[in-house]
Amino acid sequence: MPIHYDVTSVTLDEIKNLVSDRAITGETMLLNMGPQHPSTHGVLRLLLELDGETIITCIPDIGFLHTGIEKSMEGKTYQQAEVLTDRMDYLNTVGNNLAYCLAVEKLVELDVPARAQAIRVILAELQRIASHLIWLATQALDLAAQSVFLYCFRERELILDIFELVSGQRMMTTFIRPGGLWRDVPEEFETAVRDFLGHFPKRIEMYEGLLTKNPLFVDRTKGIAVVSGEEAVRWGMTGPSLRGSGVDYDLRKVNPYSGYEQYDFDVPLGENGDVFSRYIIRIQEMRESIHIIQQAMDKLPSGPVRSENRKFVPPPRSELGTSMEALIHHFKLWTEGFDAPEGSVYVPVSSPRGELGCLLESDGGPKPYRAHWRTPSYANLQALPMMAEGHLVADLVAIIGSIDIVLGDIDR
Amino acid sequence: MGLEEKAGNLGFVTTTLENVVNWSRTRAMWPLLSGLACCAIEMMAAQSAHYDMSRFGMELMRASPRQSDLLIVAGRVTNKMAPVLRRLYDQMPAPKWVLSMGDCASNGGVFNNYAIIQGVDEVLPVDVYVAGCPPRPEALIHGILVLYDKVQQEGITEWA
Amino acid sequence: MGNNLQKAAEIIQEKYNGEINSFRDQITLLLSKDSIVEVCQILRDDFSFGVLVDETVVDYWRRKEPRFQIVYQLHSRQHDERIFLRTPVSDDDPFTSSVVSIYPNANWYEREIWDLFGIRFEGHPDLRRILLPKGYQGHPLRKDVPIKVEETRFTFNNDELARGKPLAKE
Repeated sequence: MPIHYDVTSVTLDEIKNLVSDRAITGETMLLNMGPQHPSTHGVLRLLLELDGETIITCIPDIGFLHTGIEKSMEGKTYQQAEVLTDRMDYLNTVGNNLAYCLAVEKLVELDVPARAQAIRVILAELQRIASHLIWLATQALDLAAQSVFLYCFRERELILDIFELVSGQRMMTTFIRPGGLWRDVPEEFETAVRDFLGHFPKRIEMYEGLLTKNPLFVDRTKGIAVVSGEEAVRWGMTGPSLRGSGVDYDLRKVNPYSGYEQYDFDVPLGENGDVFSRYIIRIQEMRESIHIIQQAMDKLPSGPVRSENRKFVPPPRSELGTSMEALIHHFKLWTEGFDAPEGSVYVPVSSPRGELGCLLESDGGPKPYRAHWRTPSYANLQALPMMAEGHLVADLVAIIGSIDIVLGDIDR
Repeated sequence: MGLEEKAGNLGFVTTTLENVVNWSRTRAMWPLLSGLACCAIEMMAAQSAHYDMSRFGMELMRASPRQSDLLIVAGRVTNKMAPVLRRLYDQMPAPKWVLSMGDCASNGGVFNNYAIIQGVDEVLPVDVYVAGCPPRPEALIHGILVLYDKVQQEGITEWA
Repeated sequence: MGNNLQKAAEIIQEKYNGEINSFRDQITLLLSKDSIVEVCQILRDDFSFGVLVDETVVDYWRRKEPRFQIVYQLHSRQHDERIFLRTPVSDDDPFTSSVVSIYPNANWYEREIWDLFGIRFEGHPDLRRILLPKGYQGHPLRKDVPIKVEETRFTFNNDELARGKPLAKE
């Protein structure tokens, strides 16, 4: 019976080696924040030790969204397990699919046609923009800029419309499949994406106009939670949170996957490592994503979108009526799945939050023996106590927003 | 031949007290600003300009359970979150309603393992279930309108 | 395989009697759990593997002895190389040494491993459950714990399943 756990109470005894001595004598105050709190971006819980309004220690308590996805994946075949990856980091669903499919492809050594790779890049970058839009909306909302929230969600709808166009679903697309894509994109895809590319850069200008020089916003973000490059690396931070500290590390550049090496783009770097730098970086990243999508659209190759390797990829539906062999392959793949060779692979991709890695271990059967996700928010959140120390409680919401956590990504 | 006919020209409307109370409850229902998982993003989308839930009297979402009437359970409910959710529900003043948004909240969805509660109705009395993974904002709005229909039929003594 | 990685792997293999495996261009070193802290120290200081990317466990219940293998993944930014370390941990009284003193971000990874697999880390500063609620019994990611916990509800077994859930009856 689940309800009998008393999770809300934390005794001082449990955390006495995490708080300062003054908390034990009662000189400082222990305050609970979350899991029901509008600016913890989900169900994050923080225990704060406060001296007046200054944070002395901050102890995150996570797991309120622990879904057991890693366990559930062990009970599904490689094709079925992909559905669960969408639900993990729900702002980066396409990126999760991509990481998972790349891992499966590496495990079974599957080829992916060039057209599929280009479409994967387009969708992943669109998803990156959508994710950054949600981040911008919530970060601005936390700092009391309501209108940015409304604008960001307006633009996000356009991206979701494109996803719906290609896959029939707004968020949980599962469009990228091991060996390619589910199907080719419809004809309207090109105009939809070009339309979006046409007017989105002006919208970024608009967000910047609302925030970048806004004194209320700048006062609350500049000089807050400064992280040096060495500290960020030491704590294993990745993504914009790391690049905000001036460390040049982007997996799309250093370890290109899915044909990122063909595209020309910059990796924006921050100067100060504070909340404002991380904000500027994400805004710049949206612009770079536009560049990447533009290039990918311009040289979008034609051809098949699924590998011809019938041992792992189901045949097209049109062949089922005429070819006995295709029917057998289809039946085998959807009833038993495919056997992967024994071994373990790890594939990292660059999610909007940092390095998202999928570790798959196979025992030779049709189901992953162990699936583990190295999620960026988990690593970034771990640095939060270090970042929050010495700041005011009011700044904490800006700091949480700036590392762009998604609780589904942390708790899995 | 009744009061309505006689008073019609004077600008009166006659109705029952029950109708008025239920009508006013549906026209200013404040949901609790509490998102759990993926569905919370679609709930935010429903609140934003494109879908604009404030058309249905949901002008603002309150972060405090003391000020809200409707708990939208948006996302999967874990064993660790369930007591918290129950406490939130207990803290809401009556009359209060619960809308279970999405497959995970309604019946566990794609997850059946050690961590996820198989439907939030194990811990809360749910009024309306909205299907979808995640439901579109339109689906959420439809669910809310269904809830309004339900509220319209409630007796005034039910929450007394 | 890069030069730095090659050298590191050879030295560790020689000195700590490790076993090198290579699968799909990934280098994995199998080590005994006593040497893991020293090896991490050497890799960090001499071979610039400055980041612990990930730490997790694979449970080989009834397949291999010893039962668990802890997987560490280290990354060198200068050379852009990754190395995987694996240390076996046996089933009875599973424990190993913590690497928090070398990589501070191992803290949460090791808490997660304790939470989900029940492997203790000696020298860990704060070994509490992290993802599951405080009073939870057992370690669910072990292979001897079943994946599904509840029958799917249908009309014919609804009443039976609902009997165990008294809370929402009001």
